[in-house]
Amino acid sequence: MEMHDARDAGVGQADPGPGRPGDPRDPWYDALASGWGELDGTGAPASVVPPRGPAERRSASAADIYLEVQRSEAFQEVRGRYRRFAFPAVVLFFAWYVAYVVTATAAPGLMARPVTGAVNVAMLAGLGQFLTTFLLTWAYARHARLRRDRAALDLRWSVFEQTREQGAER
Amino acid sequence: MTGDHQSLALLLFGIFVGVTLAITTWVSRNRHGSAEEFYAGGRLFSPMENGFAIAGDYMSAASFLGISGLIALFGYDGLLYSVGFLVAWLVVLFLVAELVRNCGRFTLADVVASRMRERPVRIAAGTSSVTVSVLYLVAQMVGAGSLVALLLGGTSGAAQSWTVIGVGALMVIYVSLGGMRATTWIQIVKAVLLMCGAIALTVLVLVRFHGDFDQLLRTAADRSGHGERFLAPGLKYGGDWTARLDFISLGLALVLGTAGLPHILSRFYTVPTARAARRSVVWSIGLIGSFYLMTIVLGFGAAAIVGSEAVRGSNAAGNTAVPLLALDLGGGADSTGGTVLFAIVAAIAFATILAVVAGITLASSASVAHDLYASLRRRNAKPRSEVAVARVAAAGIGVVAIGLGLLARDLNVAFLVGLAFAVAASANLPVLLYSLFWRNFTTRGAVWSVYGGLLPALTLVLLSPVVSGSPNSLFPGVDFQCFPLENPGLVSIPLGFLAGWLGTVTSREPADEAKHAETEVRSLTGAGAA
Repeated sequence: MEMHDARDAGVGQADPGPGRPGDPRDPWYDALASGWGELDGTGAPASVVPPRGPAERRSASAADIYLEVQRSEAFQEVRGRYRRFAFPAVVLFFAWYVAYVVTATAAPGLMARPVTGAVNVAMLAGLGQFLTTFLLTWAYARHARLRRDRAALDLRWSVFEQTREQGAER
Repeated sequence: MTGDHQSLALLLFGIFVGVTLAITTWVSRNRHGSAEEFYAGGRLFSPMENGFAIAGDYMSAASFLGISGLIALFGYDGLLYSVGFLVAWLVVLFLVAELVRNCGRFTLADVVASRMRERPVRIAAGTSSVTVSVLYLVAQMVGAGSLVALLLGGTSGAAQSWTVIGVGALMVIYVSLGGMRATTWIQIVKAVLLMCGAIALTVLVLVRFHGDFDQLLRTAADRSGHGERFLAPGLKYGGDWTARLDFISLGLALVLGTAGLPHILSRFYTVPTARAARRSVVWSIGLIGSFYLMTIVLGFGAAAIVGSEAVRGSNAAGNTAVPLLALDLGGGADSTGGTVLFAIVAAIAFATILAVVAGITLASSASVAHDLYASLRRRNAKPRSEVAVARVAAAGIGVVAIGLGLLARDLNVAFLVGLAFAVAASANLPVLLYSLFWRNFTTRGAVWSVYGGLLPALTLVLLSPVVSGSPNSLFPGVDFQCFPLENPGLVSIPLGFLAGWLGTVTSREPADEAKHAETEVRSLTGAGAA
């Protein structure tokens, strides 16, 4: 596994930020504070540490690690954030696009209604499609950067640590 | 068309070929072709570089010449195309780019196979990927042939055939020698050239109208001969209900197909992380969006400055609208400025085709070597290096594309592109979305959804007026047409989704919960990503 992320990750962010389990006895605490955060990750990061004891960890196989991470609250939070943004947005723009295409083909009369000068409803709707595409792109990128990237990176790191640990125990 | 235009255009195009061949040799020096290197260019491109390359892969000559030509002839109806081509990127950005980058290594099949029984899924996804690529490739080859005929005045069949063969040979050289790294740099160079050309022409058009867009629209409407109707939908697709349904079908195929195009998916593997993949899509949406906005200005500009009749007189499909516009903007047919601008536009159009063709060839050779060959070779056969197979596959696909390109010379380019999108949306998108988002999706569901989208799409085309039963069809003499639409998307895309659902609910084996957990965690966090 190569950690290409180094160039995407910010440099040494010492303060793990509010809302993070900042317990120094926490085995992941050092790892998290050692530069795997992002400078622009200002959204409240979800709790990253799957709550479980060291005894459990020893018996984990690779599949178990993923199952356990999947059930962890931190992962559920990242997935929820992604889906709560992406799915409604997809429904929204898809409905808007289909409505546009169907109106253009089924009701050209409505689309031909003039608005100002040579510009008519059709022209505004078409440019509106361009505009909403740009806006949604911007909103998605911003949402992902602020609300997801940091927590996802932490989870990635925690999976990596667990897999390595498991390898070392064998 | 005078000799000056031709020789200058050929000279510029020769320079482009020379530069790209130099890039190919330069990047392939001292490289021992690992699979990582050949298919993914070492995964170290920056988001901006990859964004330009994605835009270069996506903006084909069909959009540069074709869409502005359609706008010049049919006004608003041409604009519907560009909207579909752009909005499609939201599907890619929201649902596909990051997750695919995290889950896969080189191809679409990687993503699906990671949670299914590998062999049947790889064969299915590999087959549909190659089918989509070859359809798209043939479209580009046909486009290249007719472009030469149009721009260089060589209307003879021989010039067209030699162009198809030449383009095919060049692309095989780029791909098999340079792999993804060379292909990516060619896309970047091409995207920059295309953007510069489009910006220059757009500025010249707007200057001509003193920056008054309203004035531009009015003049275009006046000179088109259609008046106000030119600025509203309905001139091209406003006929009977078959034509309207056909357009809705095409619109669906455009929006849903982009996320299933193998050569677009493979671009996400050239960057190090999902975050970089997302940022490259944001770059490419910016580039593609502004490009299509400019094609609108160019299309209406051609109608206003050249006039729809003159455009139609030069080429019935409108493909020469932009070159004619360039000629006029530069100062007319006899001026130096006109000659130079015309030659530049022609050379950019060639470069565009060449780059797109190289990108598709690379993606399909990856599907052949990484998915099909790896699954189908006999177990006891001597394992060959996958990259060696991919290089041979690139040559093989080149030969097939040249052959089909020569055969399909008279087919409509826009139709072929629409068809490739429809097949991608029916066969590749359902399986991709189901594997990424559906917990209970099974191997049988995956295989059924690929074939359940692919076969109906191809069958419906065979039964459509494109192949038989109308004067413009491939075989005008026979009539076995029983499906009215030219684009199968409206029927075959839902069928692909339906087949995947049906296959899953009828599976005897339940979905593997652990592998689903792994796919889900990996797709959203990037854990264990290549």
